[in-house]
Amino acid sequence: MSLRIVVCVKYVPDATGDRHFAEDLTVDRDDVDGLLSELDEYAVEQALQIADEADEAEITVLTVGPEDAKDALRKALSMGADKAVHVEDDDLHGTDVMGTSLVLAKAVEKIGYDLVICGMASTDGNMGVLPAILAERLGVPQVTLLSEVSVEDGRVTGRRDGDTASEQLEAALPAVVSVTDQSGEARYPSFKGIMAAKKKPVESWDLEDLEIDADAVGLEGAWTKVEDAKERPARTAGTIVKDEGEGGKQLAEFLAGQKFI
Amino acid sequence: MAEVLVYVDHVDGAVRKPTLELLTLARRIGDPVAVHLGAGADAAAGVLAEHGAVKVLTADAPEFADYLVVPKVDAVAAAYQAVSPVAVLFPSSAEGKEIAARLAVRIGSGLITDAVDLEAGDEGPVATQSVFAAAFTTRSTVTKGTPVITVKPNSAAVEAAPAAGAVEQLEVSFGELATGTKVVSRTPRESTGRPELTEAAIVVSGGRGVNGAENFPVIEALADSLGAAVGASRAAVDAGWYPHTAQVGQTGKSVSPQLYIAAGISGAIQHRAGMQTSKTIVAINKDAEAPIFELVDYGVVGDLFDVVPQLTEEVKARKG
Ligand SMILES: Cc1cc2nc3c(=O)[nH]c(=O)nc-3n(C[C@H](O)[C@H](O)[C@H](O)COP(=O)(O)OP(=O)(O)OC[C@H]3O[C@@H](n4cnc5c(N)ncnc54)[C@H](O)[C@@H]3O)c2cc1C
Ligand SMILES: Cc1cc2nc3c(=O)[nH]c(=O)nc-3n(C[C@H](O)[C@H](O)[C@H](O)COP(=O)(O)OP(=O)(O)OC[C@H]3O[C@@H](n4cnc5c(N)ncnc54)[C@H](O)[C@@H]3O)c2cc1C
Repeated sequence: MSLRIVVCVKYVPDATGDRHFAEDLTVDRDDVDGLLSELDEYAVEQALQIADEADEAEITVLTVGPEDAKDALRKALSMGADKAVHVEDDDLHGTDVMGTSLVLAKAVEKIGYDLVICGMASTDGNMGVLPAILAERLGVPQVTLLSEVSVEDGRVTGRRDGDTASEQLEAALPAVVSVTDQSGEARYPSFKGIMAAKKKPVESWDLEDLEIDADAVGLEGAWTKVEDAKERPARTAGTIVKDEGEGGKQLAEFLAGQKFI
Repeated sequence: MAEVLVYVDHVDGAVRKPTLELLTLARRIGDPVAVHLGAGADAAAGVLAEHGAVKVLTADAPEFADYLVVPKVDAVAAAYQAVSPVAVLFPSSAEGKEIAARLAVRIGSGLITDAVDLEAGDEGPVATQSVFAAAFTTRSTVTKGTPVITVKPNSAAVEAAPAAGAVEQLEVSFGELATGTKVVSRTPRESTGRPELTEAAIVVSGGRGVNGAENFPVIEALADSLGAAVGASRAAVDAGWYPHTAQVGQTGKSVSPQLYIAAGISGAIQHRAGMQTSKTIVAINKDAEAPIFELVDYGVVGDLFDVVPQLTEEVKARKG
């Protein structure tokens, strides 16, 4: 039987751009170019490798995000994923992690899955908790923060490098996996891949397709509220010296003045 | 007074510093009730009481070590039922965040991760977050359920505040999902003898400029002279010069020490994401245009192989 893999990918504002908040204190997604969260490329890569090892597999990439989020899906398709699902709805504006995970859970169930693969964290919200919440909502094992992953005989195994120990994990499918940037470089889309991606199916679903009430998501439905967002004051210009042979001593003087020595 | 649940991060009863910081922050909101899971509760109870825990709820079972995350969620959920707290606080470790997240969905509560400060507000705790690689500071509240908040290390100075700390056994029944993800084996990390990276008051990091594993002792010697932890950029880690556990940045550790010294690190946005909240920042880099200099309190434009050893000698001399 075919292994059904769903990869959750997020469309995020470019971290090297001037990221900021809009007036309603949500992320301004218009002013900064968006892209596929770089950490989700690792998830796509692992999906491709797992699919290669399987007898038969189908990879669906899934995103919840605005119109432009299709770009993220195209990138994943050009890397080699088979098809894509885009959940898009005006009422999704301002959704927090509880809402996002609800939408992803419903969409994953509708697609049908044996394995869900996520990145370790998005490069904007950076919470790093969505995969665990998704597993909780779906009622399946979480096998998260893996630096190595493989799937065999209906089981997923992997290595999780924690603070105090490195653990070898194992769970039966279906399961939710997240992979770190230690899992292996993501491939670049080939020209052939980019051309092929143009013909691959991208479905668009809205909240109604997923039978989700508008008030369960969006800014109104969020369980958290951003009260204010302030740009961090620019650091006052520090002292910069050129080493003319005494740089280390000068630095020591500074550190002593700050009572670090 | 209202009670606040505080999840205890510990190694066999040795309570880690971020938990003591949490107890300090928890006292701004209510009376801390500590939840200690696994072995070593007796050893931990004294320390927790000393730092303000009015009660210590404990449970031990093989499930906590043999299966990933979920058994601990079951246990904290049991503590939540027993106490009816006004907030639940976790340290922002990978595991702490995942337990917090699953608990939050289960109890129908909003979740805030990686807070760097916490105050009492009119409608519950207000959490400060440092976002977009620390370019913005936000203040957020939870509007539904009992706020579940994870807090980064070094967000508060630990204060002692002796309290009763009465130890109580927690009844936990594990759900079906608890045994879903088996921990087949565990290899403990070897201790370096240096302070824990995320908790250290001083961090000295090396980057691509260190130019080889064989040169990292230059960084280590400076760290040791200052009693600091050693960090590394991803470039240094990817090149195999230093272990990934030392990586500072978006996909490595996020640190917030009193003093951060970056040697041979350019200051890419992903590196800044993990160190920009450091109180004092110092950089040594031979390129005067390196972006790291935009952040520094003190910078030396120069070759790290000249500057760092000279600094190390100076520190040693001054410390006598
Ligand atoms: C600066 C900032 C701070 C925030 N703080 C909070 C907060 O404290 N509490 C809160 O509830 N919400 C918060 N949010 C909102 C939250 O980030 C979004 O709801 C988000 O979609 C889910 O969280 P994440 O992206 O941080 O997920 P993470 O847990 O960091 O993402 C892990 C993985 O989940 C998958 N994923 C995440 N989002 C999507 C998506 N939209 N589509 C497909 N796959 C996805 C990806 O595989 C990703 O790699 C914050 C957002 C921002 C920008
Ligand atoms: C999704 C994603 C996640 C990432 N996560 C992280 C992360 O967690 N942490 C991280 O660090 N990076 C991360 N990166 C990588 C990041 O973008 C940079 O590539 C990395 O930080 C560069 O490391 P570096 O500063 O050591 O190297 P470089 O950028 O190559 O800088 C080396 C510096 O050393 C200086 N130098 C060279 N020789 C000497 C000398 N003898 N004396 C003094 N100075 C010298 C040079 O002038 C230069 O400025 C991530 C990237 C991506 C895409």
